[in-house]
Amino acid sequence: MLDPEEITGSFTHCGPSCDYLLLITAVPMIAAGVIALLKQPYRKTASTLAIGALSFSLLLSIIAFTGVVLDWTHGIVTRIVFNFTWFRIGASNVDLGWVLDPLSAVMLVMVCFVGLLIFVYSTGYMKEDENYTRFFCFMSLFAGAMLGVVIANSTLLLFMCWELVGLTSYLLIGFWYQKPEAAAAAKKAFLTTRIGDVLFLLGIVWLFAQTGTLLFYNNGAGSIEAVALAGLLNQHAAWGLTAAGAIGLLIFAGAAGKSGQFPLHVWLPDAMEGPTPVSALIHAATMVAAGVYLIARVYPLMQAGATQGGTTAALTVVTWVGAFTAVFAALIAVAQNDIKRTLAYSTVSQLGYMMAGLGMGGVAVGMFHLITHAFFKALLFLGAGSVIHGCHGEQDVRRMGGLKSDMPLTFLTYGIGMLALCGFPIIFSGFWSKDGIMEAAEHWSVTKAPFYMLIIGALLTAFYMTRQLAYIYYGHWRGGKPAHESPAVMTVPLVILAFFTMALGLIGTPAWPWFRAFLDGRSTNFELHRVIEPGLFVLMIVSTSVVVAGLILGWRIYGDRSPKATEPDALEKTMPRAWSWLRDRLYVDELYGKTVIAFYQWWARVADWLDRRVFGGAVTGVARSFGLWARLNRFLDANVVDGSFDKGCDELAVGGGLLARVQTGRVQTYLRILALAVLALAAILIWSSRA
Amino acid sequence: MTPLAGYLLIAALIFSIGLAGALTRRNAILVLIGIELMLNAANLNLIAFWRYGPHPELLTGMIFAIFSIAVAAAEAAVGLGLVIHIHRHAHTTDLDQMNRMKG
Amino acid sequence: MSYLFYLLAALTVAGALAALMLKNTVHCALVLTVAFAGLAMLFLNLDAQFAGIAQLLVYVGAVAILVVIAILLTKGSETSKDEVFSRSWLVGLVIAAAVFAVLSWAVIGSIRVLPHEMAVPDVTVVQIGDALVDRYVLPLEIVAVLLTAAMIGAVIVARHEKEEKR
Repeated sequence: MLDPEEITGSFTHCGPSCDYLLLITAVPMIAAGVIALLKQPYRKTASTLAIGALSFSLLLSIIAFTGVVLDWTHGIVTRIVFNFTWFRIGASNVDLGWVLDPLSAVMLVMVCFVGLLIFVYSTGYMKEDENYTRFFCFMSLFAGAMLGVVIANSTLLLFMCWELVGLTSYLLIGFWYQKPEAAAAAKKAFLTTRIGDVLFLLGIVWLFAQTGTLLFYNNGAGSIEAVALAGLLNQHAAWGLTAAGAIGLLIFAGAAGKSGQFPLHVWLPDAMEGPTPVSALIHAATMVAAGVYLIARVYPLMQAGATQGGTTAALTVVTWVGAFTAVFAALIAVAQNDIKRTLAYSTVSQLGYMMAGLGMGGVAVGMFHLITHAFFKALLFLGAGSVIHGCHGEQDVRRMGGLKSDMPLTFLTYGIGMLALCGFPIIFSGFWSKDGIMEAAEHWSVTKAPFYMLIIGALLTAFYMTRQLAYIYYGHWRGGKPAHESPAVMTVPLVILAFFTMALGLIGTPAWPWFRAFLDGRSTNFELHRVIEPGLFVLMIVSTSVVVAGLILGWRIYGDRSPKATEPDALEKTMPRAWSWLRDRLYVDELYGKTVIAFYQWWARVADWLDRRVFGGAVTGVARSFGLWARLNRFLDANVVDGSFDKGCDELAVGGGLLARVQTGRVQTYLRILALAVLALAAILIWSSRA
Repeated sequence: MTPLAGYLLIAALIFSIGLAGALTRRNAILVLIGIELMLNAANLNLIAFWRYGPHPELLTGMIFAIFSIAVAAAEAAVGLGLVIHIHRHAHTTDLDQMNRMKG
Repeated sequence: MSYLFYLLAALTVAGALAALMLKNTVHCALVLTVAFAGLAMLFLNLDAQFAGIAQLLVYVGAVAILVVIAILLTKGSETSKDEVFSRSWLVGLVIAAAVFAVLSWAVIGSIRVLPHEMAVPDVTVVQIGDALVDRYVLPLEIVAVLLTAAMIGAVIVARHEKEEKR
């Protein structure tokens, strides 16, 4: 099928692999372009185009994935690269390129598949919205950009698509831009991720400057291949870091922004102002996962210089940030009353898990959790959307209740997603992926503190999800009109996602660690006894008991009770102050408001003053001086030039008048003058002739 | 005093009288009279020089004087016609009042 | 100098003076005739008979009459209410006196070189006639044209204009 060649060169036909990859990204983007030209009434055309484009990309992704898997069965690690030089600046090449390897193949399939399901779901969810066409244009553009991030082999292409993903996220969060909260949330998302992106760009530029190439893999000459990494390790940056470590940290800053790690997590909960399919696709499954994917992609860089069994400074930072975020967000999620907000903080927490997994366990561990999380989080968000749709737009869980009988299918799928998220054992993929992270944390060389933090996080996750489930589905209905089940176009994707949520666990169990082997390029086989290996088994028992403890605790406190919306929460009654802190999101936003934003506003005032007084004053001063000069000129012109000229003319007139008096008009005067003149002449003649 | 000098002096006197009259009298016709006198004085000069000058047989002076008389007569006719014409318009022959060409 | 000369000179000068000093314009014209006549006789005294007779014929016979007619046509016979002399008559007088002074200065200053007595020239009308058509035929023709033009011109200038107003 596909030969593992690394092909570099000019943009000529180089085999099916190159065309596949480009089309996967390009087709949804082209579809977005076409949809952008459509007018609003062409709703069916818009959604058909978007779904068709993404299906096409899915098809190609599956073909690529199959090819890579087949190669893997033959023991070949695929890394097909296609690079080309876009242009030259001075002596350096600006290259673009894309890569097909196990990591990107898996991600491609996941993004296309989950994306397709969400697109189909959206045709039902957004049916009453009048901006249907615009929605699908943006979603399709987002899909294309995200796929671009996945296949990028050049930091430039990666950054371009990264920014495009950020842009479409902004457009989609602020989709209902007439709502001021939505517009503010979109702006907040863009600005917060921007902070990360600036550091990311710094890292990329530094990498380019050090290694001289933009390409990741380039026949041994790429920036994260052995030669370049050795060079980077020899360079020393500040604070005892090597260049590799420093660049790794800068790139992690970008990933932290996009993936909502503390302290750049503040935009994710606010991003729930966008439509629910947007929250599902972008803020659960794909865009936020882009940060994790980025770290996985540049993992050789992050890992450079690690001794056997040890770790690097960059990865340590990643781990600590991830672990802290996991617990931090889980705490806040406990006290939230909006469905989507709880899920948003849950996403932040799970992203922390993924980052911790990457830091402690490597690419496969983090990526597996990313894949499983994509499915069950998308499922949960779409389920939440179904609930919101069924409750006629209600989003506060305190006004729901008893939906288990009104919306049974939603309840079933939501329950499956919730259990996967909590990490309920055996049949839910979330258990296996979380356990992979726990195992890596348990054996971390630095310290076991993150392990305990992750355990606490798991307890909290089970607790708040049970709380949410109890509020929504159990007890009695506290809302207005009675709820109804959602239409098939919305529930079918839920079912499909639920299926995969359970099935994906199969590829990640220790009995058959296919996923890990696939990503690492090893071969593996099914051996059941690995599940009951002592260390692993104990860990599984521990995590299961933690989860069950959380579930029971949640049920005990919330259960079937359904308190009224105006009553304080059950937990609030016991610890009111802690509750208010958690509900107010631990005041991170307020901190930012007092410090960063206040500083920015002060700076803006200074700049305004400068602009108006200093620069504006200078400009006005120049203008006034011009005016003065003009007035002086006018004065000179009118009085001096004109005046002197007029005076001269007047004098001439006077002189002329005086001279004109000679012309008396009387003949005798003329005669007299004539006589005098002739007399004088005669006298001269006579006198001269005499002499 | 030679005869010629006498004649010349008389001619000069008549000329001056004519000039004085032309310059001082108000009536236009009297100005013309003064001019006629001036012309006559010049004729006298001519004849005197012819009589007492060299080569009188050439008749230069005489012929000159005769032509002068003829031209003077023509000029008198035209001049007086002009005065009549002006009188018809201005109803006066007073030269002091005819200053419409004044600058 | 002969007495005749002084007599004639006195007559002429008196006539000239009177012609320009009398108040009544007609009297001026008439006295002018006397001056012309005196001049004619001076010509005769200078043995320029043809010129003298021509002077009499033309000036006395035509010009003087013409002047009288012009005076009568322009109502000059009425004594004017204003002064006969112009306002600045002294200036004119001074100028005339200056002219006389210069001329007499020229004459008297060159008395030494002026000739005394000369022989009487023998001039006949035949000679004058010959001269006119021989040597001076061009001036003759021109004077003829001039006289014609003057005549026509005088008529045109002096005639009544018909229909001045339209």
